[in-house]
Amino acid sequence: MKLKFSIRKKRISRSAGGDFANFVFILISAAFMALPLVLITCNALKPLSELFIFPPRFYVRYPTLDNFRDLIILMSESWVPFSRYLANSLSVVILGTGGHVIIASLGAFVVSKYDFPGKKFFSAMVLLSLMFAPQVTRIPTYMIMAKIGWVNTLTSLIIPAWQYSLGFYLMSKFMGQIPDAILEAATIDGASKWRIFWSIVMPYVKPAWLTLIILSFQMLWADTGSFYIYSEAIKPLPNALFQIAAGGIARTGINAVVMFLMMLVPVTLFLFNQSKIVETMGTSGID
Amino acid sequence: MQSIEININDPANKLSMSDRWLRLRKRIVDSKELYLYLAPFAILFFVFTVLPVIISIYLSFTYYNMLEAPKWVGWQNYIRLFLADDVFLIALKNTFIFAIITGPVSYMASLLIAWMINEFKPKIRAFFTLLFYAPSISGNAYLVWQYFFHNDPYGYANAILMDLGIIHEPILWLIDPRYILWIVIIVVLWMSLGTSFLVFIAGLQNVDNSLYEAGAIDGIKNRWQELWYITLPCMRPQLMFGAIMAITQSFAASQQSIALAGFPSVDYAARTIVTHLVDYGSVRFEMGYAAAIATLLFFGMIIIQRIVQGMLNKVGE
Repeated sequence: MKLKFSIRKKRISRSAGGDFANFVFILISAAFMALPLVLITCNALKPLSELFIFPPRFYVRYPTLDNFRDLIILMSESWVPFSRYLANSLSVVILGTGGHVIIASLGAFVVSKYDFPGKKFFSAMVLLSLMFAPQVTRIPTYMIMAKIGWVNTLTSLIIPAWQYSLGFYLMSKFMGQIPDAILEAATIDGASKWRIFWSIVMPYVKPAWLTLIILSFQMLWADTGSFYIYSEAIKPLPNALFQIAAGGIARTGINAVVMFLMMLVPVTLFLFNQSKIVETMGTSGID
Repeated sequence: MQSIEININDPANKLSMSDRWLRLRKRIVDSKELYLYLAPFAILFFVFTVLPVIISIYLSFTYYNMLEAPKWVGWQNYIRLFLADDVFLIALKNTFIFAIITGPVSYMASLLIAWMINEFKPKIRAFFTLLFYAPSISGNAYLVWQYFFHNDPYGYANAILMDLGIIHEPILWLIDPRYILWIVIIVVLWMSLGTSFLVFIAGLQNVDNSLYEAGAIDGIKNRWQELWYITLPCMRPQLMFGAIMAITQSFAASQQSIALAGFPSVDYAARTIVTHLVDYGSVRFEMGYAAAIATLLFFGMIIIQRIVQGMLNKVGE
């Protein structure tokens, strides 16, 4: 894959003028995308005097970590300790993502590699579920949660994440490209289905795990849980951060830090796994 | 060679109903282990994705306030939506303006940018991919747009325009109904290069290079012809998938509207079907009515998905 690009020659259908126009277009759109992100970073580093300067200035002139310090002080004063919020968030993100990867892989394995009655129907349902947004069914979902008795527990955030259908779909598409011959050979050698799944298929689809992990992670990380959770002690971190930031104009600096932190974590995660994720996405097409 | 004729009307060759059932049963029993593997996902998927849709459809024909038992009212909720609810019609109009702009624009932008980035060297490509994708995974980072469109001269947009002498008093970007919807659209576009963008990047990398060489010999003159006749047809599966993601996104965007324009927004200028749904479901607790809105949105989205898929099948022809 990498080799393919390093030896690529200039193609005939490319004009220098066109290349230049493309480059300018990309630069302008990149600036549009980047400016808000740069502003978030700058604001987090601005001292109070620069945050309220008039006329407003974009870049930070005298960067400081004051805002971060203020956030830490505020957090240490809250009656639910900061570590508790962090633990809530981490357990939601880790259990939700972990369960999702395992359960979706198990299901995707049989759907992509074997045939059984009802398989077509099930795949069609999964595809259909990608076509509408979960917001549409939030109310009945809440009623179901209430019936099961999961309202106001972290379970209400963790378990639904396990059945995130986009992850299931991407995983089954990626597994679909494993050559059947490998699985047949293993079956002839006497390997059980579990063995095939665990020792052959799972190592093969590592890039897809990472994709599922980042998709599920960024969704759960940003989830304030405010729809299901009302006890302060089990609220996830973003909820607490937004409550602090909601303090209005006096919390402008802290607000900037909160935005910066919320952005930093998923972007860093993506940064390190980019090539694997792009590889998985290549198999996602609908035929 | 001798041909074999089977008379399907011969009772001996006809599978009786019970035979077919037996076969199906045998296949099901044989796949016991497979079902076991699928079960955890399938059960959760049914409970948290399929069941809510079914409940929603049922509730949409009832009056239900969460205290008394649901009361069957037939089509009354739907009639009220179209004939008696002016705000719903505003929401419907806004949603369509919104979806017709953000859907295609974000789809085209994803494709165009992915295609242009694909020409760069791998390192530069990786950098731009990260930059364009970052806003869509940055959680609530879109709130930073408030600093640009602040209603006072401290906002960057007002400061710049006043500095240039184009306006003399600050524009109330998020209060004036003339601007609200457009600002929400800009913000949603900013964060819309998400999953479909990555899918396009990946699809472009998978196109076989020898096709381009063959195309050049066959007389393809410029990059646009190459895009239309070679690249896009090769990527049709990814185009389909990307379209599904883009449509779902453009019809569902509501959090940006609520966070930036307030809830309810001034003069309902940023009201969309989803925020209307939130209003009736989470504020007024008219669950039956909210379910009717949800059901309409559900079927509307699926119909539009089907239409767009039909259109995409014509790419490169």
